[in-house]
Amino acid sequence: MLIFKKGSQGRFATSQAPKKVADIADLPETMLRKKPALMPEVSELQAVRHFTNLSRRNFSIDTQFYPLGSCTMKYNPKGAQRAAALPGFINRHPLAPESHSQGYLACVYDLQNILKEVTGMAGVSLSPMAGAQGEFAGVAMIKAYHESRNDHARIEIIVPEAAHGTNPATAVMCGYKVKEIPVLANGDVDLAALKAAVGPQTAGIMMTNPSTCGVFERQIEEIAETVHDAGGLLYYDGANLNAILGQVRPGDMGFDVLHMNLHKTFATPHGGGGPGSGPVAVGKRLLPFLPTPIAGCESDESGTKRYHWIDQDKLPDSIGRLSAFMGNAGIILRAYIYAILLGREGLHRVGEFSTLNANYMAVLLKNAGFELAYKDRRATHEFIITLNRQAKNLGVNAMDFAKRLLDYGYHAPTTYFPLLIPECFLIEPTETESIDELEGFVEAMIAIQKEAENSPEMVKGAPFTQPVRRLDDVKAARELDVSFSE
Amino acid sequence: MPFIPHTEQDIEKMLDVIGVASINDLFDEIPTHLRAKPLVGVPDGLGEMDMMRLLSDRAQQDEGALCFIGAGAYEHHIPAAVWDVTMRGEFLTAYTPYQAEASQGTLQLVYEYQSMICQLTAMDVSNASLYDGASGLAESVLMSIRANRKSKSKKVLFAGTVHPLYQKVVTDIVSNQGIEIEVMPIDPENLSVDMDALKDYAEEDFAALVIPQPNFFGGLESVDHLTDWAQDKGMLVIGLVNPTALALFNPPGEWGQNGADIAVGEGQPLGIPLASGGPYFGFIACKQKLVRQMPGRIIGRTVDLEGKEGFTLTLQAREQHIRRSKATSNICTNQGLAVTAATIYLTLLGFEGLSRVAKSSHQNARQLLLSLSDVVGLKNRTKSAFFHEFVIQLESDAEGFAAAVLGNMAEQGILGGFNLTEYGTDLKNCILVCVTEVKTENDLALYKSALVRAIEEVKGEC
Repeated sequence: MLIFKKGSQGRFATSQAPKKVADIADLPETMLRKKPALMPEVSELQAVRHFTNLSRRNFSIDTQFYPLGSCTMKYNPKGAQRAAALPGFINRHPLAPESHSQGYLACVYDLQNILKEVTGMAGVSLSPMAGAQGEFAGVAMIKAYHESRNDHARIEIIVPEAAHGTNPATAVMCGYKVKEIPVLANGDVDLAALKAAVGPQTAGIMMTNPSTCGVFERQIEEIAETVHDAGGLLYYDGANLNAILGQVRPGDMGFDVLHMNLHKTFATPHGGGGPGSGPVAVGKRLLPFLPTPIAGCESDESGTKRYHWIDQDKLPDSIGRLSAFMGNAGIILRAYIYAILLGREGLHRVGEFSTLNANYMAVLLKNAGFELAYKDRRATHEFIITLNRQAKNLGVNAMDFAKRLLDYGYHAPTTYFPLLIPECFLIEPTETESIDELEGFVEAMIAIQKEAENSPEMVKGAPFTQPVRRLDDVKAARELDVSFSE
Repeated sequence: MPFIPHTEQDIEKMLDVIGVASINDLFDEIPTHLRAKPLVGVPDGLGEMDMMRLLSDRAQQDEGALCFIGAGAYEHHIPAAVWDVTMRGEFLTAYTPYQAEASQGTLQLVYEYQSMICQLTAMDVSNASLYDGASGLAESVLMSIRANRKSKSKKVLFAGTVHPLYQKVVTDIVSNQGIEIEVMPIDPENLSVDMDALKDYAEEDFAALVIPQPNFFGGLESVDHLTDWAQDKGMLVIGLVNPTALALFNPPGEWGQNGADIAVGEGQPLGIPLASGGPYFGFIACKQKLVRQMPGRIIGRTVDLEGKEGFTLTLQAREQHIRRSKATSNICTNQGLAVTAATIYLTLLGFEGLSRVAKSSHQNARQLLLSLSDVVGLKNRTKSAFFHEFVIQLESDAEGFAAAVLGNMAEQGILGGFNLTEYGTDLKNCILVCVTEVKTENDLALYKSALVRAIEEVKGEC
């Protein structure tokens, strides 16, 4: 039941509002609100109970295995949440003077350095508030770079067809045209098509590596050479950075600029859809264009460190500011905490064990008769299976498998992405899951396969154990109801 | 191994099943010469105990001052229940509700959030939130250009009293698409839109006008007049509003004859801690006819196959994962966790509680302003109606006088406000001061005595 239908007129959590009756006689009557807004009218207990019970209608990492491909749903350490909520951090005003910000600035500065090292780049800005905003910052820097060289002919961004939807959408937000190039049957980019596509109009290419196909792009050096020779720059979409953490660095692969998703690779909470955080890292050529603010540090003669903000006045060619203050500052702090909890060796192990888990699951599923989309390739931190055969022969498609998995207590993998593999699951177990969960998921898939063979109609009706059955999405769009009113 | 549960036996078994000798072999598709060396620049890992000690030491460095800075981020009381419930793992560690049946908690909560935002702003449709107020304003500007069918202009008119950092963010984002922002002059007497300047725009075509209420200086704008004027000229009206103030003042949906077209703002005052600037959330709401130009995620109410009420992502055909290069925006997250907190905050306070927060904040601010009237060397620059934030000017020709006074106050443990000096020739040595309901009479007295002392000491040094 909606919160608006609970409670009684005039009720609210009285201990939470100021007691005194305030005098606002100085405010002009004509400007005051005449009609109160319709808001919930419940007690504190009713509110707590309502939202606690709502929370119980969610799958989450804390309650279920959540192998959502391309989203890196790994354990979010509780220590990071606790430390980021320390009073000095939680109460610091974003415009507080540097004298009262040394603690926070130190964390920002240290994380910038860790991310530089991990990515093999020359500079980092933490300000973008999500992966998509990091992409925007990255492409805007590419644009600023070409413009600084008076190279105005570069109007096109190349995107492989398997790319995340944010890549082409970002290119357009930066005023570019998008040119999509095909991906080969083995998952690698069609190099011949790329060579034909580049030219004096090419501003750059946006790529994910490992790609959204769950395989490592083996021709990355030729791709870098091709794009660089044409005068373009290489953008690395860090969505899949978890796969290669400590194994291979984007800077060493030839990328000029990248964004990271701290809510994926650095284990900050996804929060039911956000906040994310999408820091950008750049090679030397793009350093002058980094978005602000950035943390800087100077040491005096005694070696005492003094941190400060670097803003546009100190970085005049910066693409500027993407948020009013310092991006998703608290998420940056959590990522820093995660990084220091893991340390050098721990970060190196992330790539190793996320890859081990994915390959193990892939082999188990293959041995159980499921079809891998790229059977001759090594899985990275994620892999794709296609349920095309089941859809054709049994009439049970990927969505049906996904819904039935919920009944088995597993969140479904990413479905129907990437678009070029029919009836697909993109499965990403992450390194924080134990062998028990991986095997449990595979057993559930085997059980659902049997159900699909014996009672397909039942599987197509799933789920049965959730708060609701399958929802009418057509009605939701046609008879739009996005706000409660009496 | 931190957060990696594998035992030696597990690893051995897994490698055996995969058919490789070592984990390293799993990276055999990466050219060997590209493989990373040890990450020497990253320190050794810390246990949770050592990490807590390091972070506590750092947090303490930033702690303890009494804060009178507002300027877009406001310190309000946050009920304990807000974050106790928000931090439940089921909210904290869920993701985008793509599997609606397994995400009804988040989905219903966001529907309730959208309803509350529509109610507060008096608009028809809200999305599930944007990153923050400033980037939300940038999205509103892009939306108005797409939505305004009457105007072909790629220019948007801004009241000069819009937060300067917001003006910068919007310009930095939208200029990439060749969109221009034109800023209207400020009336230096009232620190609000110069109404005499409206006639200068009679011949020009703009897609939209952005009106802040309250404005950056805490002042109240003539929103009815401005809305009618802009809409009469074929512009859409974007109302940039503070959500706490909406409990007190006319909502954008009721501005002028027809109401504003888009309402947008920073959601932080609704139960989100200051926390160095984020995560906050931007709210955005609009009239029904503009819904298909709305960026970001929207939750709709529907039924399941048994006819039972349920909630789901809707109108996804606007979004990047379907429309790719033709999407309304590249945004693909919302600020779900902050929205969860705000929804619980609004539920606990209700309209009455929120009104009391607004009134009490304003009364405290007014009380401080009045108490400063006898401070020597100080001028009040807020002459007309305002909301919980006002401008004072230090009477000195010295460069950097306000900065020195604020620095002196900070040493006394009072963050005395936001220095406006660089935001206008007329604003030299001006300070924007904010007071909310959390301040006591004693806090206000401390502010005054710190300010008086700072002025004397800085004058003595000059």
